Amino acid sequence: MDRRRKPKLAVWKFSSCSGCQLALLNLEDELLQVAGAVDIAYFPEASRAVAKGPYDLSLVEGSITTPHDVERIKDVRRESKYLVAVGACATAGGIQALRNFKDVNEFVSTVYASPEYIETLAKSTPIADHVLVDFELRGCPINKRQLLEVLSAFLHGRRPNTPPHSVCVECKQVGNTCVMVAQGIPCLGPVTHAGCGALCPAYNRGCYGCFGPMETPNPEALSEQWGRLGVGEEEIVRAYRGFNANAEAFRKEGEAREKQDAQS
Amino acid sequence: MKSKTLKVEYLARVEGEGGLYIKVKDGRVAEVKLKIFEPPRFFEALLRGRNFAETPDITARICGICPVAYQMCAVHAMESAFGVRVGGQLRALRRLIYLGEWIESHALHVYLLHAPDFLGYEDAVRMAGDHPDVAERGLQLKKIGNEVVAAVGGREIHPINVRVGGFYRLPEKRELTPLVGRLEWAREAAVETVRWVAALPFPAFERDYTFVALRHPEEYPVNEGRVVSNKGLDIPGEEYDAHFEEEHVEHSNALHSVMKEGGEYCVGPLARYNLNFGLLSPPAQEAARTAGLDPVCRNPFKSIIVRSVEMVHACDEAIGIINDYEPPEEPFVEVRPRPATGYACTEAPRGILYHRYGVDGNGTVTDAKIVPPTAQNQKAIESDLREFVSRFLDLPEDKLQWQCEQAVRNYDPCISCATHLIKPRIVRE
Ligand code: SF4
Ligand code: SF4
Repeated sequence: MDRRRKPKLAVWKFSSCSGCQLALLNLEDELLQVAGAVDIAYFPEASRAVAKGPYDLSLVEGSITTPHDVERIKDVRRESKYLVAVGACATAGGIQALRNFKDVNEFVSTVYASPEYIETLAKSTPIADHVLVDFELRGCPINKRQLLEVLSAFLHGRRPNTPPHSVCVECKQVGNTCVMVAQGIPCLGPVTHAGCGALCPAYNRGCYGCFGPMETPNPEALSEQWGRLGVGEEEIVRAYRGFNANAEAFRKEGEAREKQDAQS
Repeated sequence: MKSKTLKVEYLARVEGEGGLYIKVKDGRVAEVKLKIFEPPRFFEALLRGRNFAETPDITARICGICPVAYQMCAVHAMESAFGVRVGGQLRALRRLIYLGEWIESHALHVYLLHAPDFLGYEDAVRMAGDHPDVAERGLQLKKIGNEVVAAVGGREIHPINVRVGGFYRLPEKRELTPLVGRLEWAREAAVETVRWVAALPFPAFERDYTFVALRHPEEYPVNEGRVVSNKGLDIPGEEYDAHFEEEHVEHSNALHSVMKEGGEYCVGPLARYNLNFGLLSPPAQEAARTAGLDPVCRNPFKSIIVRSVEMVHACDEAIGIINDYEPPEEPFVEVRPRPATGYACTEAPRGILYHRYGVDGNGTVTDAKIVPPTAQNQKAIESDLREFVSRFLDLPEDKLQWQCEQAVRNYDPCISCATHLIKPRIVRE
């Protein structure tokens, strides 16, 4: 990057709840410092000023769900030196990807009387299905400390350090007792990507997978363990069909269990 | 003059994707459209077939700025379906987490999204360049709101600790007490905020609104109360559907809510304040009076003062809740699903949020309806704009446009919330 000028940051929204962008504004102690280090060139949720591209770093929140957005994300890519997808919507399709598992027409017409007003795609898809993504930051929402790490890594031209291991490892790190072993609570921690600091188990609750699959997970083994805890196939399917339902490992395991459920 | 078109392609400093289109013809405002093009995410549809226990976490994802509002509505609606009441300290904790969200959301709007308009800055970062202390105060207030949410809920955005019947784990007293000192600072900072925003320049603009908010006999409304208006409405939350309905207008991806008996209405801080002034805590009332804000306020631009007054209230009440807190025996009340319909109306930072669910005997959701505050305010926003533009037609164009944007931001609109319930057209790739 040109050393004489501040790098230009852009924040884009696609189909989402805005929670991941809010994580940036939730860096209350660092926000003004960040604004000092980068030129916030495009961030409509926070500013009416719009600076033209190209941008050094684009943070993209949300999934692609309209024909217009299929085009818009290509424009964003063209204008961006680096493009980072933030959050479950941008990296997996988000909760709105539950439509991908249904016949959308049926799905929609059961709820809406006249489904002709606006344009929407039959599937909700992650950014990487449409353009090259330089880095993916997981979570629904993303962790703001990890976001800060990503910003600082890209500004210094290095890879962000966001460990790809499971929530289980984080449980050990923070000293949680395993909720599955000790209390028999079904938990997706063994297959879920780290990043939250093993939050749910610290609250006597099983992980529900909001950070999506870890690197090389073994969901099949986990489903068997859930089965031994007395969890039915239908419930297992539902567990994988959450905020990261369309992430490959979760999607496949959900589909496999669904088949088994249908056979039994 | 007197023919022109004002266009804002992409409204800034609001949550979500919307624009503005105003057409003036022969000195008359011919057309006003708050255009909402945020794509729908089909929440009502995707909730069908899910388990009742999942509704707080799923609906939270409608909005990253007010997830607690969605979680609170979902749990109360399910409890109403299953005939369970959650009282005592669990009820107090719910109030606490919700007040934390009010503080966070109001501080965000007052300092980062709205105040820059009054002072002529494009954004809060630019404002901070000239007023660093003010920006710092706003950020710290916002942070304390987040700390309250995280202390009860585990994290600020999409808390993980809320469940039907109560919480997964109760906070220990010692986890909450450190917040008291912080909240005392915040209460002072909020009083200071009221003073600061009251001195901003306000356009002379008032309308005779129909304000709709919750009202509770003993408390400033948060999680419970009857739905009342300043024009005689007074109903329990379960009767919401009998009095309100949604219409579809072509330029918006969100349905517009209207009252069956009275058309357009307005929800949010201004409505809550006008209908419940007497229930604000003494320091909040005091702050309002000192700032010269009457118990009745019909200037939507002054909603920034009202939000600040509500922050004083929220800090004050949060302190009281923490001081009185003793962890109850159990973190949650057991619920047993039964076939029923559940309803809840609560006060999100932006106004009343309504949830209705049909549930079967296994606890599976058979039907869901969600009406967010911004869907209810769209008509009022458009009427404000129509009136504002007709009165201030002679302002220079860029100034008029900016003030129109500001008029939209008076409502702190949350467009992601508003559009989950639109009527979509499917296009296949
Ligand atoms: S990933 Fe989750 S928190 Fe982030 S925008 Fe999507 S729904 Fe919101
Ligand atoms: S434990 Fe799992 S569900 Fe809970 S916050 Fe972490 S990743 Fe998300």
